[in-house]
Amino acid sequence: MTAKLELKSVTKSFAQQKVVDDVSLTVATGEMVCLIGASGSGKSTLLRCVNLLEAIDDGEILLDGFDIAEPSLPPDPIRRRIGLVFQSFNLFPHLDVLSNITLAPCRVLGLEKSIARDQALDLLERFSLADKAYSYPDHLSGGQQQRVAIVRALAMEPELLLLDEITSALDPELIGEVLDVVRKLKAQQMTMLLATHEMSFAREIADTVCYLDRGRVVETGAPEQIFNDPVKQRTREFLARVSG
Amino acid sequence: MPQLTRRQRHDQKIQRRSLVISGLSLVLVVFALYVLIPLAPGWQAVKTSFFNWDILVRTFPKLLSAFVVDLKIFLWSAPLIFVLSLSIALARNTNRPSLFPLRLFGALYTDLFRGVPVILLVYLIGFGIPGLGLARPYNSPYIWGTVALVLGYSAYVAEVFRAGIDSVHSSQIAASRSLGLSEGETLRYVVLPQAIRRQVPALMNFVIALLKDVALLSFIGPIEVLRQANVYKSLMANFTPYVGAAIIFLCVTIPITRYADYLMAKQRRQRIA
Amino acid sequence: MVLSRTLFSIVLLGASLATNSVFAQGSCSAGKTLNEGRLTIATGNPAYAPWVMDDDPASGRGFEAAVAYAVADAMGFEAGQVDWVRTSFDEAIQPGEKNFDFNIQQYSINAERQQVIDFSASYYTTAVAVVVKAGSTAADTATTGSALRDLQFGAAAGTTSQTFLQNVLKPSRDLLLYDDNADVIAAIAANQIDALVFDLPSALFATAVQIDGGKILGKFPSEASIEPDNFGLLMAKGSELKVCIDEAINSLNASGKLSEIESEWLGDGAGVPVIDLDK
Repeated sequence: MTAKLELKSVTKSFAQQKVVDDVSLTVATGEMVCLIGASGSGKSTLLRCVNLLEAIDDGEILLDGFDIAEPSLPPDPIRRRIGLVFQSFNLFPHLDVLSNITLAPCRVLGLEKSIARDQALDLLERFSLADKAYSYPDHLSGGQQQRVAIVRALAMEPELLLLDEITSALDPELIGEVLDVVRKLKAQQMTMLLATHEMSFAREIADTVCYLDRGRVVETGAPEQIFNDPVKQRTREFLARVSG
Repeated sequence: MPQLTRRQRHDQKIQRRSLVISGLSLVLVVFALYVLIPLAPGWQAVKTSFFNWDILVRTFPKLLSAFVVDLKIFLWSAPLIFVLSLSIALARNTNRPSLFPLRLFGALYTDLFRGVPVILLVYLIGFGIPGLGLARPYNSPYIWGTVALVLGYSAYVAEVFRAGIDSVHSSQIAASRSLGLSEGETLRYVVLPQAIRRQVPALMNFVIALLKDVALLSFIGPIEVLRQANVYKSLMANFTPYVGAAIIFLCVTIPITRYADYLMAKQRRQRIA
Repeated sequence: MVLSRTLFSIVLLGASLATNSVFAQGSCSAGKTLNEGRLTIATGNPAYAPWVMDDDPASGRGFEAAVAYAVADAMGFEAGQVDWVRTSFDEAIQPGEKNFDFNIQQYSINAERQQVIDFSASYYTTAVAVVVKAGSTAADTATTGSALRDLQFGAAAGTTSQTFLQNVLKPSRDLLLYDDNADVIAAIAANQIDALVFDLPSALFATAVQIDGGKILGKFPSEASIEPDNFGLLMAKGSELKVCIDEAINSLNASGKLSEIESEWLGDGAGVPVIDLDK
């Protein structure tokens, strides 16, 4: 397996506080990497850095071996290759579901409207959302909104999908439908980097689990190893707390 | 008939009582207006000067045709205000250092033109700029009066747009940028549609205000409805033509006000839902 | 024409009354003024020259200021018994108690207005005159109706000048109207209008003092007006003083005092060409 994404000593500070501190990490093509850690451990910031929504202070972010963190590069062509799904869905409330999905393919990729529509309807069909195509986000449940947000990211045919705590804002009974979507993507070999609080889900689905604490990588390994036999004392303590 | 619950009986009683109270107070107010006011000693004089049916009938057709002038001025001013105020709002929201002069200009502009009464702008621009020696038709009071209205109103409306743009959450921008849309595309397809939609009720209020302030152009020459009423008032020494002009304005502004209220109520419902 | 003849006969009648009766000073107005023993006169705010010089009516300088004191005198009031107040046109015509005994600010007498207010006998009749800027293209316009019609005209709203333009001259361009003479003068200064129409005294004063390089193009023949522009003193509808004031004006007219004041303050505009409306 080749590395789709490779982070080398990535550092990011906000007002002298190091939020991401010397993080190195590799995501192979088709691999699913889960970031776990307490709130404020830097998981979200790390994902936003990979998407270039935040400029990193130091280090390298290699996409297919190419450093996309180079400040002189225009970010837009890179962003369209990387999908990002947010904790709070961030659907565009003034557009219906179909337009939410087709906006970027039409405007960024220059796809013809009818083609983008057909593509979007296909995706909605695959994720059992076809009947919501003309609904507005306000009229959807949180689970449906998050699934639409994932479809919106997929419509750009990203090489890498970043999922940022996508179930944290959902009522417990709605989490399942969203996780099912991720399982489906995993089955299709989508390369994903996922920040999550759902330990059992991470254990079930991840190829690699990475534990972050205060912006630093504490421990990285296969899920069985991390959850059953963590090497580091801090990992053990964290897992004891969350399974508490 | 099904047995009412205790709560339903109670609610029904309260509802009946409030109906009686509001009905009674309405009757009282109408009584006061229609019976007591005409009893006032000066009522006959007021009626002759303000509510003179003959004069109203005689002057109304010409007032109505003068109102067409107001409508025309309104119809070409409103789009200009929309474009200029949006540009000013965007200039003020820009944060690229290279555009700093633009931002400064935007700030100065809103300070200056918001701080001066529109009527003064109409006088100063309407008389001042043509006085520089412009030839006809470029010295028309219609042109420079419109310029004064557009400059004055854009300063206010720009602030409405700015507040609208600020109210769009940064997560919307992040979502748009993460999809690969550029800064300009994000503004155009994500931020502005939401900003403008959110400010529609506030904008409607400015539409109503503008419609009324168009009459200020009468000070620099055009014979629109207020001036026409003013002429009749002078010739007939009677204020009834003003009442006629007020009726014309109300016929247009009340529907717009109702529509603005409806939009605001709708938005409130959406926010709650 | 009919009205002017009626007015003329009123004037004659008044004059004969005045000469026949021995003037019992103050007896007519006794108990009828706002304040006993005092005469309260209103004028505009501001009052313009040549009607009131320097906006100071109490000086007695200016045509209307002088007329006011002459009327007061004929009614049996000394200068010291006259009080001045200021009103706008709107205040003068609004219903309710007035705060003056009479109001003098070039009010033109017309039948419409007389439904809500009373006018005295006329104390002055004016012609209307066209003013242009010397050196402008409009300054070379021939003094004929057809040549004038193509100019852009302006006037003060609600004045006889405006009615004259709309009903008699009927210019081809839409008339522009302003609040008062000062704004009309501002408009001609700003080149927004080619020509303005004022009553002749205001026109004479405007060209002499107010408009840089102003010039009277001509005056309209007095018989051209539908209603000649007769100025009257304005009073509350049904004012008991009207009889006394009319009596005073008629006596001033008969004695030649009015024309004396007129020639002192207004000049006669004799050199002003008369516009030929038929050409």
